[in-house]
Amino acid sequence: LGIIMEEKVLAILNDKGEIEDSLSFAKENSYELQALDGVLKSLVVDEYIVLENKQRNIIEFTAQGSVALKEGSPEFKLAKMLAVGETKPKAEIESHFPANSFKPVLGAAIKNKWVKADKDSITRIAEDIQDVDHQSLQKFADNNSVEAHEKKAITLFTKRKLIATRIIKYYLVKKGPKFRAERVKGVADLTEEMLKNGSWKTTEFKEINTNAKGKDLVPGSFHPLMKAREQVKEILIEMGFEEMPTNRFVESSFWNFDALFQPQQHPARDMHDTFFVSDPEESNFIPEPYGAQVKKTHEEGIGGSLGYQYNWKYSEAKKNLLRTHTTAVSARMLYFLGKEEKFTPKRYFSIDRVYRNETLDATHLAEFHQVEGLVADYDLNIRDLKGVISEFFTRIGIKNIKFKPTYNPYTEPSMEIYSYHQGRDEWVEIGNSGVFRPEMLLPMGLPENVRVIAWGISLERPVMINTNLKNIREMEGHKVQVEFVKKHPFYAPKLT
Amino acid sequence: LPSTMPTVGVSRDELFKAMGRTYTDEEFDELCFAFGLELDDVTTEQTMERKEKGETVDVADASTEVIYKLDVPANRYDLLCIEGISRALLIFLGKAATPKFRMIEPLSHPRLSMSVKPDVATIRPFIVSAVLRNIVFTPRSYASFIDLQDKLHQNICRKRSLVAIGTHDLDTIEGPFTYDAKPPKDIRFRPLNQEREFDAAELMEFYESDMKLKQFLHIIRDSPVYPVIYDRKGVVLSLPPIINGEHSKIKLSTQNVFIESTATDLTKAVIVLNLIITMFSQYCQNPFTVEPVEVHYVNGKTHVYPEIACRSETLDPQHISELLGVDIDADEMAGLLGRMQLSTTVTEDKKSITVSVPPMRPDILQECDVAEDVAIAYGYNKFEGKIPNSLTIGKQQPIQKLTDLMRFEMAAAGYTEILTFALCSRNENFKLMNREDDGKTAVSLANPKTQEFQIARTSLLPGLAKSLSRNKKLALPLKFFEIADVVLKDETKDVGARNSRRLAAAYMSITSGFELIHGTLDRVMTCLNVKPENYRIVPSNDPTFFTGRQAEVFYKDRRIGIFGIVHPHVLKSFELVYPMSALEIELEPFLQCDGHSFSFENKIYSLMQHHGPISEWDSLPQGGGGGTCSSPSGKNLSSPVSAGGGGAAKAYPLSNSGGDALYTSSGGGT
Repeated sequence: LGIIMEEKVLAILNDKGEIEDSLSFAKENSYELQALDGVLKSLVVDEYIVLENKQRNIIEFTAQGSVALKEGSPEFKLAKMLAVGETKPKAEIESHFPANSFKPVLGAAIKNKWVKADKDSITRIAEDIQDVDHQSLQKFADNNSVEAHEKKAITLFTKRKLIATRIIKYYLVKKGPKFRAERVKGVADLTEEMLKNGSWKTTEFKEINTNAKGKDLVPGSFHPLMKAREQVKEILIEMGFEEMPTNRFVESSFWNFDALFQPQQHPARDMHDTFFVSDPEESNFIPEPYGAQVKKTHEEGIGGSLGYQYNWKYSEAKKNLLRTHTTAVSARMLYFLGKEEKFTPKRYFSIDRVYRNETLDATHLAEFHQVEGLVADYDLNIRDLKGVISEFFTRIGIKNIKFKPTYNPYTEPSMEIYSYHQGRDEWVEIGNSGVFRPEMLLPMGLPENVRVIAWGISLERPVMINTNLKNIREMEGHKVQVEFVKKHPFYAPKLT
Repeated sequence: LPSTMPTVGVSRDELFKAMGRTYTDEEFDELCFAFGLELDDVTTEQTMERKEKGETVDVADASTEVIYKLDVPANRYDLLCIEGISRALLIFLGKAATPKFRMIEPLSHPRLSMSVKPDVATIRPFIVSAVLRNIVFTPRSYASFIDLQDKLHQNICRKRSLVAIGTHDLDTIEGPFTYDAKPPKDIRFRPLNQEREFDAAELMEFYESDMKLKQFLHIIRDSPVYPVIYDRKGVVLSLPPIINGEHSKIKLSTQNVFIESTATDLTKAVIVLNLIITMFSQYCQNPFTVEPVEVHYVNGKTHVYPEIACRSETLDPQHISELLGVDIDADEMAGLLGRMQLSTTVTEDKKSITVSVPPMRPDILQECDVAEDVAIAYGYNKFEGKIPNSLTIGKQQPIQKLTDLMRFEMAAAGYTEILTFALCSRNENFKLMNREDDGKTAVSLANPKTQEFQIARTSLLPGLAKSLSRNKKLALPLKFFEIADVVLKDETKDVGARNSRRLAAAYMSITSGFELIHGTLDRVMTCLNVKPENYRIVPSNDPTFFTGRQAEVFYKDRRIGIFGIVHPHVLKSFELVYPMSALEIELEPFLQCDGHSFSFENKIYSLMQHHGPISEWDSLPQGGGGGTCSSPSGKNLSSPVSAGGGGAAKAYPLSNSGGDALYTSSGGGT
């Protein structure tokens, strides 16, 4: 059938130079529109023809209108139900019409002076009746172009819901640069059969269409944030860092706060910032004598520090929570490092989920990914901190950084990391860092001249900036549209 | 690294007046950045009100004076008011010296005194006090004085629970004063800004409807006695930590300010008193002076407050230089510290520096705090970076490596990775999944802000179902996967819970794709190099899945997961109209042991075993197990994760010695 259609198209073009209206053409020849469309597109590809998009306004019959066209107008039908002068109960006549459609029909019949009606009955008064409306409908059926009819008539029948107008699109078909009256069809594909019978040697192959897109694939794909995680992990491993076991979301306040010399009345420990756990409510183990040393450090200090001079309570330390930072795990790691017989320098990292009791909005999630790196070595200083951090950020594509003094309970000195964002033309905060306080390290039994430098960023931040996302919820959680996941390119972290 | 920084709003023009010059916003921002403040916003009251109330509300009456919103480090209470900020910045710029604070004894009368009665011991045991004499307030400095008290109450005073400040017009009251605790009905006075007298019990009820004060009522409500301060004539100064009396109310015209600060934490009470004195004694006729008050305890002991003497720390400049990695000699260091409000004396041989820590800098606990101030004054951005030269070996966690390898395989199998939250509602996790909540599996949250997050998920399947539901419009079939942690209660762990790494996949189309999900399981097992004889599937009866079209997965005779056609009830719960099949298995069982790599759980267990009973808890009822903790060895958990049962005391390695090797995507070992 496609070949017949194609032949017909080419024949008419050869004959008349164009096909004015692809729709009428299809109708005249009883072609399926979709099939014709396929034929035309294929001819366009080979430049046999060109298509111009056109549109026009046509008249279509509604379901009611189609019935009227076939059976006559409803008011005519009504009048015909009565002999001249005959009176019938209104209800009886109405029963022959679809529910709720009767009123305008009766109105039209009365207007035509065919019948008269009172409250309960209808009487035919006209002898000779002509179904003029039906004739009008027939005219619409004969020529469905809006331009061919009086506007008034169209409005009237549209109001009566017998017809509707619609814009339809069609093509003006013209000869293309490579027009031929007969299609010499290039073969598009090499087949097993051609290889077998050798016909590939003589077959004319089609040129490829450089304008067309390839076929859509259904690929598997990775989540952009997880791609970023992999990239950052690789960078840290290249820098000699060892991953920490962070697959533990439930922590005790002890490791999340107390071990980090965060006083028990610190604002961050308030109920509203932290997800506390009601079940299991408490941790059942704090290693000793470490726990007692932490208590002493908070209460009266260690190594020349004053401590916080308050009554430190195990009951507070035992409270379970969802960790607010992966530094809880860093504390556990350093504690074990302190228990080693001989200290060996370490570089640790982790990238994992942390939790904040926040109401979700465009820039806040209740759980996000923290990247944390730390170096434990003899006699480290601020320059090491800056050097390691700069190296890390350079590698993830953030070159222009500077440091601002800040406060963390467990680092001193503490430095916030800012990066220049070209798009926004401003410095934006991207991370936090510092040298762990002796009050944190000494109770763990680490040698006095071992210092630990650490930094943390959220994994989301650089990815958000990189993908120009304004709303973090478009990236994380079940509301994410996976189109976003599929379209995201390779992760190449950049701040510009 | 979470930090909670208080924000302080100050009038830009007032600040510049105090600092003796004007700055552009950029210049001031730069100064803040170097010092460790953050210029968070430049705004006006009008703009703020408009933001809060909406564009349509008339805010013409609000001030258009420019306000700088500054984020202040949480331990620098001395930067909570314009007086402290301007002073600190002037000193930082080298344009002013750190003031010396002095105590001046009263000449014309004996020291004021406060006697502390024994009953306060049970409710609010401490009080400290001092007097600012001949102070001259302006409307602005008066507002700042009130505001600082509010800010201190919110921050260091922990919403008045640790410390509460009361300031009074000394000329309306007469010492000696008494700090007592009495039954609520016995305390009667006219509270601040009220027309009539109340007794304290009545007052507590009255303030129930006061938006500001009701948050403090719990501090004393249930105590049989309430703390109260009287003057010589029995006038009530205040009912701490709730409200002052109207009688001694401080006003703009007040000349002599009596400050009392009651506390459950004496250290903080002393700090708070010092902060008010060091910030506002600058408005006294004799600036930076304060009159002491004696506090008499029942045991006959007397303390004189405030304690404004500077604390001295003698430090080694060489050691500080080492902390910073830059050679700074003692004299230069003294200069730098001077700009941070720390005055110093350097010994002749330059080997020692004595730092005197002023009363408004309680944040200085020890040497490293001093070192930080040296670094700030030196300029954080002047330190040149370097890389530590110790050799360390990069490594990753076996479970993480395995996860990434399996993620790769799942994507290669045509699945799209999703990333869903580990927190969810109880309903989603159980009821919508057709599952019963037995109360033994899920970790519950005490205080979630939203009902979306009531528990930590115990399965990845609800997340998959939710994601499918949100992506219904896409062309079928949909193939999603996630490899992530769920959280399960587990009494053998120190925190009573553990994570479990899961691999989950879902297929949704016009047919269920059951065979494809089964095929996915087989593919996963192939990738994990699990021989067919080492895993099997057994028909199961999980209500999440369709009856008869589901099976549990066993790896070496332990149940590690399940797959099947998801039950139509579950589909309906998640508003899914197409059939769906799903698979969820644990990944930890596929890690093998050779005892080499680090595992934390195991270290914790060995410690727990080693220590046995825990004796150091304070007097609270002990957690599960009566203080003893058994090793998990031999315990059969509902869904075991650690490889090798009794071998849990070993670590997860990378080897493929014998049996099924792990994370080998190419068939070889690692």
